[in-house]
Amino acid sequence: MLDNIQILVQAPVITLDLVLNGLLIGAIFALAAYGMALVWGVMNIINITQGEFVILGGYVAVVMGMYGLPPLLGVPVAAILLFVLGWALYHTVIFRIVDRDLFTSVLATFGISIVLQQLMNTVFGGDVQIADAGLGTVLLMDGLVALAEIKLLAFALAAVLGATLVVFLKRSRLGQAIRATAQNARAARVLGIDTDRVYAATYGLNAAICGACGALVAMAYTIHPYLGLPYTIRSFMIVVVAGLGNLAGVIIAGLGLGAAENVAGFVLGTQFQLAFVFLLLVVVLVWRNWRLARRREYLK
Amino acid sequence: MRAPYAKFAGYLAILLVGLAAPLLFSAYQSQMAELWLFIVFALTWDLVGGQMGYNSFGNVVFLGIGMYACAAVQVGLFYEVSTYNNARGGGATVFTFDLGQYLEGLAIGLPVGAVLAAIAAAILGGLVLGMRGHYFAICTLGLGIAAGQIANGWEWIGAGSGMVPPTPPAALGDLSRFYYFLAMALAIATFLVLRWLYTTRFRLAINAIRDNEDKAESMGLKTTRIKVMAWVIAAFFLGIAGGLLGNLKRFIDPIDTAFAGATFGVWMVLMAILGGKGTLWGPVIGAAVFQVVKETTWTYLLGWQRVALGLLIVVIVVFFPQGIMGYFRERFPARFGHRVEEAARPDRAEETTG
Amino acid sequence: MLHHSKLAMTALAAVSLPVTVAYAQSGDTITLGAAVSLTGKYTTNGEHTQRGYDLAVDKINGAGGVTVGDKAYTLEIKYYDDESTPARGAELAERLIQQDGIEFMLGPYSSGMTKAIAPVTEEHKVPMVEANGASRSLFTNGWEYIFATLSTSEQYLRGAITLVAEHAEELGKEPGEIKVAMAFENDPFSQDVRAGVLDDMKEYGMEAVIDDQLPRELNDMTATLTKVKALEPDLLIVSGHSKGAATAIRQISEMQVNVSVLAMTHCDSADIIGKFDEAAEYTLCATQWAPTLSYSDDLFGSAAEFAALFEETYGYAPPYQAAESAAAVQVYADALERAGELDSQKVRDALSSTDMMTFYGPIDFDETGKNVAKPMALYQVLDGEYKVVSPSDFAETDAVVPRPAM
Repeated sequence: MLDNIQILVQAPVITLDLVLNGLLIGAIFALAAYGMALVWGVMNIINITQGEFVILGGYVAVVMGMYGLPPLLGVPVAAILLFVLGWALYHTVIFRIVDRDLFTSVLATFGISIVLQQLMNTVFGGDVQIADAGLGTVLLMDGLVALAEIKLLAFALAAVLGATLVVFLKRSRLGQAIRATAQNARAARVLGIDTDRVYAATYGLNAAICGACGALVAMAYTIHPYLGLPYTIRSFMIVVVAGLGNLAGVIIAGLGLGAAENVAGFVLGTQFQLAFVFLLLVVVLVWRNWRLARRREYLK
Repeated sequence: MRAPYAKFAGYLAILLVGLAAPLLFSAYQSQMAELWLFIVFALTWDLVGGQMGYNSFGNVVFLGIGMYACAAVQVGLFYEVSTYNNARGGGATVFTFDLGQYLEGLAIGLPVGAVLAAIAAAILGGLVLGMRGHYFAICTLGLGIAAGQIANGWEWIGAGSGMVPPTPPAALGDLSRFYYFLAMALAIATFLVLRWLYTTRFRLAINAIRDNEDKAESMGLKTTRIKVMAWVIAAFFLGIAGGLLGNLKRFIDPIDTAFAGATFGVWMVLMAILGGKGTLWGPVIGAAVFQVVKETTWTYLLGWQRVALGLLIVVIVVFFPQGIMGYFRERFPARFGHRVEEAARPDRAEETTG
Repeated sequence: MLHHSKLAMTALAAVSLPVTVAYAQSGDTITLGAAVSLTGKYTTNGEHTQRGYDLAVDKINGAGGVTVGDKAYTLEIKYYDDESTPARGAELAERLIQQDGIEFMLGPYSSGMTKAIAPVTEEHKVPMVEANGASRSLFTNGWEYIFATLSTSEQYLRGAITLVAEHAEELGKEPGEIKVAMAFENDPFSQDVRAGVLDDMKEYGMEAVIDDQLPRELNDMTATLTKVKALEPDLLIVSGHSKGAATAIRQISEMQVNVSVLAMTHCDSADIIGKFDEAAEYTLCATQWAPTLSYSDDLFGSAAEFAALFEETYGYAPPYQAAESAAAVQVYADALERAGELDSQKVRDALSSTDMMTFYGPIDFDETGKNVAKPMALYQVLDGEYKVVSPSDFAETDAVVPRPAM
């Protein structure tokens, strides 16, 4: 561990490489987390299927690549297909758990995620899959910092998608309805907003965001039917740290997590990378709660 | 006066069936042993989740601690644990345990596991039980995964290679049957302790915390201390269950057996909900139903059993959140000691007037 | 108190008498039992395993089945899905033996699963021929009923270490100056491969400059590979089943990590050539078997013929996982015929004296049950094909070391 720190001190450029690569994957985490925050904030549902949506989106890109279509086109296609899936899931299961406690939503969406994993395994097989966008690598500082173009592109797309979402929520009719429902569902209903439609749209929107993310993941990393969990738990972590309805927080936490994780993996050894993420989660929560406790409040 | 006798006869019947079952259906005894342990899982989860309203996804931490601690003591009394776990070399050493060593290891290992799990609960409880609602759930989820990852990186207990608990000596006889009886004894002990506990003021206190913690606190209850105590009790029994489960499964994988949040961790919650949260018998019934359904789907739906399990989870929590006991309580409130106005029950109204 | 609880447990041990098992081999069929991974993280290789078993069973039945005594039996396999979790595997093994009355077991996929199942088969004295549990620790417990057709884990990358030592001069170094970076998944198989690699490195005095353990939910190796770039080792070794192989190749090429030699396991089951083309070039891959090896038997013919049959049946070239699994069934057929009766103890004894040649290679179990007759082979990806480069008797071509800068 000390050796590893020494390397970082001696060659700061490596730290830069770690941090930059971490930021790039962090952008994808942040995007998925933004979807989760949306569903959480508007519908009061913790969506455990987040990761499976991501992987499904990845398969869209993979399948398109198989048929000779450019996988990059998979980003919008996955978003559309996943929107439909999310919408359909809302109307079969999710609508029943909107008013129930969070605990119910966690378990129910966990159940859905097992089903999705299994179906993906049956349909696409258990192989590791990738989609190849056919891009190269950008080298900086004598090749010591290497950034895959696809990751840069994914970062840029994630930023564009995030910005579009913000504008959409601020400006569009539906976006306003979603925000209104989030603030006070009852009042929204009274004012004639069809909250059921808003919920369906929100859930679909989240699935679409994840799908787009997934297409990027398939091009930049690898996918596998059972690889959704890392995205779910990190989204979770980011939302918890950033708090709900705090877009800037989600972005900062997402990017920060990506970078911190890489540095921790480097310093502690990759075997403790995930342990680090989760202990960080616990520590953040305990610390936040402890600060509240001084004012005789608590996290709830 | 008939009720106590009926109750006693009921308990006796269960005890006799439990004792006879492995002899009658010896082929199924390891699944039945697992069922007794599942009952412990569900009962202990319900103590904190159902009776106290603190939904934990992290109780596997105590299961895993108990499992590893017990196995480490069983080995450590006679061999160096790290050599035992890292004996991947040339095959020169073969680690054997005779009957005396095996039983001594178990007799010390189980309580050590239980105590360590309880201590962990006391420490962690102090940190996280201050949170409420879903933040508590999330935090415990994080604890569970982190514990698994740490065990997965810790060489002393075998890290990612897992750990094989001592090979039982041939003199022990049928291993599954041996652990069946231990698991049954543990389940009964847990049940009786909780049954007694639920007759005390402690139950009133934890129910008060569930119903309104702020009010409970303003009434002078030392809520933090009570909450931690409840978690410690749950952890103690789960720790023993972990020690037994590790030996029953004969191979401890850090993430898939010991700190198995995605399987045992979720199942314990499901079983409690399925049977009925916040009741004494609910978790027991839930565990039994769950185990039977799980084993049947595993046999008959090869390759689709996880789809079945996923759908089952959705159906249980979405359509059946009150659980089996809850259903019966609604249906036959009088049997649960709730007084019902006869006239208010349309189905009985005719009988009484007619 | 302690004494009492010990006494109680002794009493309990006394009532736990052994049970007898029902007989499942009825009529003219012999049923073998197997729990393999049809779902979960080992699905890919679980399928290879299952297909290897199935292909051999079909072939044997097509050739008249197995003659035990003077009666011909057809073979059949009862499968369960262990979901890639060891706990489940052990449970299913117990179920196969106790409830389905299986008396002859085939192994699951992966060392972890085999580790979980072996104590069960051992306890019930049911022989198990396994083809996918390579971990050395499977053979250090004094277990008597486990037989493995494959070479054990410590041999997987021995070829790679030897090769690098032999080519040390081309790298401009003494063997003892070679720096090795290791990235092994944190699971039983890879960890045991690592133990073997460490032993071999010690022999040559090589130094491990990186020793990272990859998480099982592996999706990003950036941290490890950055370290590789910083420390510039001569040899990078990666082992993490198919997922690890695919992730490593992708990120090594993307991050432009230049190491002189890259060695890994599971190249072919991850299909690194098909997925990555040039990026996979010059990778050294440990393999239990290759279609180009010159082994052959009467059932399948040559290794190449087995490969052709497999490809015709399942539409892809057989990874070695399928070949070693098929060989396991052949071993069983052979032992059953030699045993002359369907008694698990007799069959176990017959198994232990196995000495046969298969398309997969020679099979001869030592007293611990591992196959000591067959060497591991080492591929190198050259011009988009796997070419055997080691051991020297089978080598199709010379290895290219160091790999040219890409």
